[in-house]
Amino acid sequence: MATVDIRNVRKSYGPVEAIKGIDVAVQDGEFLVLLGPSGCGKSTLLRMVAGLEGITGGEIAIGGRVVNGLDPKDRDIAMVFQNYALYPHMSVFDNMAYGLKIRGIPKPEIQSRVAKAAEILELGRFLDRRPSQLSGGQRQRVAMGRAIVREPSAFLFDEPLSNLDAKLRTQMRVEIKRLQDRLGITSLYVTHDQVEAMTLADRILVMNHGVAEQIGTPLEVYQRPASLFVAGFIGSPPMNVLDGRIDPAGAAIAMPGGAVLPLAAPRAADAGRAVKLGIRPEHLALTAADAPGASSIQVELVEALGADTVVYGRLPDGESLVVRMAGLPACREGDRLTVAPQPGALHLFDADGGRRLAEA
Amino acid sequence: MTASHTTGGRRLIDLVPHIVLIVGVLIFAFPIYVTLIGSTWDSATIGRGNLPLIPGGEAFNNYSQAWSESHGARASYTPVRVMVLNSLVMALAIALGKIAISILSAYAVAFFRFPFRMAFFWMIFITLMLPVEVRIIPTYKVVADLGLIDSYAGLTIPLIASATATLLFRQFFLTIPDELVEAARIDGAGAVRFFLDVVLPLSKTNIAALFVILFIYGWNQYLWPLLITNSADMETIVIGITKMIGTGEAANDWNLIMATTVLAMLPPVAVVVFMQRWFVKGLVDSEK
Amino acid sequence: MQRRVIFDNKLLPYLLLAPQVAVTLVFFIWPAAQAIWQSVHIQDAFGLRSEFVWFENFEVILRDPNYIETLKTTAIFSVSVTVLSLGVALLLAVLADSKIKGARAYKTLLIWPYALAPAVAAVLWMFIFNPEIGSLGQLLNRLGLDWDYRLNGTQAMIMVILAASWKQVAYNFIFFLAGLQAIPRSVMEAASIDGAGPVRRFWTITFPLLSPTTFFLLVVDMVYAFFETFGTIHALTHGGPGKSTETLIFRVYQDGVVNNDLGASSAQSVILMVIVIALTAVQFRFVERKVHYA
Repeated sequence: MATVDIRNVRKSYGPVEAIKGIDVAVQDGEFLVLLGPSGCGKSTLLRMVAGLEGITGGEIAIGGRVVNGLDPKDRDIAMVFQNYALYPHMSVFDNMAYGLKIRGIPKPEIQSRVAKAAEILELGRFLDRRPSQLSGGQRQRVAMGRAIVREPSAFLFDEPLSNLDAKLRTQMRVEIKRLQDRLGITSLYVTHDQVEAMTLADRILVMNHGVAEQIGTPLEVYQRPASLFVAGFIGSPPMNVLDGRIDPAGAAIAMPGGAVLPLAAPRAADAGRAVKLGIRPEHLALTAADAPGASSIQVELVEALGADTVVYGRLPDGESLVVRMAGLPACREGDRLTVAPQPGALHLFDADGGRRLAEA
Repeated sequence: MTASHTTGGRRLIDLVPHIVLIVGVLIFAFPIYVTLIGSTWDSATIGRGNLPLIPGGEAFNNYSQAWSESHGARASYTPVRVMVLNSLVMALAIALGKIAISILSAYAVAFFRFPFRMAFFWMIFITLMLPVEVRIIPTYKVVADLGLIDSYAGLTIPLIASATATLLFRQFFLTIPDELVEAARIDGAGAVRFFLDVVLPLSKTNIAALFVILFIYGWNQYLWPLLITNSADMETIVIGITKMIGTGEAANDWNLIMATTVLAMLPPVAVVVFMQRWFVKGLVDSEK
Repeated sequence: MQRRVIFDNKLLPYLLLAPQVAVTLVFFIWPAAQAIWQSVHIQDAFGLRSEFVWFENFEVILRDPNYIETLKTTAIFSVSVTVLSLGVALLLAVLADSKIKGARAYKTLLIWPYALAPAVAAVLWMFIFNPEIGSLGQLLNRLGLDWDYRLNGTQAMIMVILAASWKQVAYNFIFFLAGLQAIPRSVMEAASIDGAGPVRRFWTITFPLLSPTTFFLLVVDMVYAFFETFGTIHALTHGGPGKSTETLIFRVYQDGVVNNDLGASSAQSVILMVIVIALTAVQFRFVERKVHYA
């Protein structure tokens, strides 16, 4: 059990800066998900915690001990890899026991630790098998077993579910969550899958281009995205982003198409300012043509998903707008709909930097 | 009528591949068969040039004489048991030596970064272009200066540097996923442990495959042992045969020569036949 | 290709490389350098002093009609061995790869000659074609052919070509089979649906798709014919009668070992090195092409 402190950590490859100063303090027992598109530096950050990548600047401390100069084996961490990284020539038992053997742990204890992990992961029947004789999900469990038996201070997961099919992924996600709840070990988990992030994380660190865009609970990240990037990355289908300008009174936003959306709270300070306006598809609803903030859209495509329906439409000025509605509303391509955002569901971002505007 | 005629023609055409293949097999088997038969007759029968096509009764005499005695009816030779031992030592030392030094250097090149890494790699690579035959005289001089003429060391060590085996192992090592190395590092395995516990077991098939082709390579060496061995005690069996034959006159101990030839073929042929799968894999992979 | 993860030991990689590097330096690089050095020097009769003579040794060799003759012999020998062993192997491989009964048995029966030393292969041929003890040798004489490869240069050449090719067929056969098995069945099936007969299928589909293998084997067989057949020639003809079967490698041996002429032998070694380097370079261009194929 331990905290993981990442203090102003940087990583450069020659002149290229891959991680540009990340600060996050992971609490004891916390599940932190590093989320971002490929190439954003999330895996690099995790591998720096593991000791598999050197640290160019800053400090990483595990359990209060700075580990910058330590080998992976001396950091008291365990890691689960995307492609499992099981030793193909060893049995499941030996795969789990290998790290313990190297550490010189006595045989009876290895036996009991592996047995316990196998029981938790329901791998008891497979201990004599080779990895090649197991299914993808079973291999993933062995990889986790190898981490568990070590009883480390922290678990590091590097996209552990990416190689599984959709159904198994959901199942394993639930298992990982249960396991972490049960063992209560501090975990860092890298993924590009927002559903994994939302369901597993105590907190999410959203990364982009080597920068932490936002650190917060899943709900915070969803409800108050700190930047256009976060807003676009979390939520499916992604948030609609439109150009707008706050009217001179600071009470509403004028859209290029002519619609005027009233603000929940007036922003006199920002009067006349150009902004990016974000509205989640699920926060748009059908409304009467004369309702405040109503816009008319021409329907271009309807995706009926059963539980809800996603409508792709176009505003009069040609901008596209996606609306997600519950159930199966009766609309077809070519229809005209009038929609308006729910009260308080507008996200305002700086038109230049894309940062969220401070609440009024 | 027409239909049955066509099927008849079909059948004949279907037979053509078999006929060609059987002729091929016979062309490759016939010389061996003649040698096997010859090794069961007395030298006079062979020398007259009308060797029967069925085995004679001298097999035991011929083989036991060739195996242990140092002279035939007409000349004296190195006994086959001495030559087989020499060939065996040479083949095993070359095969195992090549595998050992190649796997180590391939491991260094594939798993480490260090100054002059590429320089070393190219130096090994260049040996591809320097078969022993093209640098035969100066290499001989080096071996002579080191006092290694007529020794197993002189016979084998100059032949154990092998770019082919190093390249093969390196190629295989590059297919070992990075994550496996990382998992091992996190498990606490250093470079040496990782080599012994993971790389070596994973290389088993490659080692077996290489062993087969390198054993044959070593057993069949000709020019090098011809230069390096002077004393009869050091003679290898392939060289021994041609020395026994001399200029190929009729008045030779043909029975012993043929028995010796059979014994010279036996080990490499057995290795190929019994380890066929590995042998084909080793051959095809090492040339990739 | 490089791997991302490495070990960071400082000394260990050098220790791992040491045995191979030591052997390479002592028995490869140093002798090769010596050969090059000697090839541009002439030693006095007592081996006490040597004089730098630029390319004189090479000039002498290349002006020597005997050497030109050896070059021709080598060319005839190598080309014949390559063409013959490739052709026979291709024929047998195509037949053994087709869906016929006993294909596996044929394969086993055809690959084992790979295990024979070139010299042993030569000896087997001698047992059969020797004019005194060989059954076929005697038969040829009885047919009035006047067969004695120990006296007739042309016959000697035929003998070494046949014996050398005979041994190499197995090697080519193995690679052709591997190449044939890599051709997707669907391609052949598509061709038969398009109405191509077996012969047409071979020339328009199989042969072009095999061309990387063929080209690779072409180079390997040339190298084999240049160097490894020393044993064949030494066991069968000793380069004779006269110099009719003396190839480049046999001559290096003759001049260097038997006649002890270091300058000439070294210059010849350097010429051989150039040939091997050229062949290897050709082969690696081909390997690059193969990578693009994949």
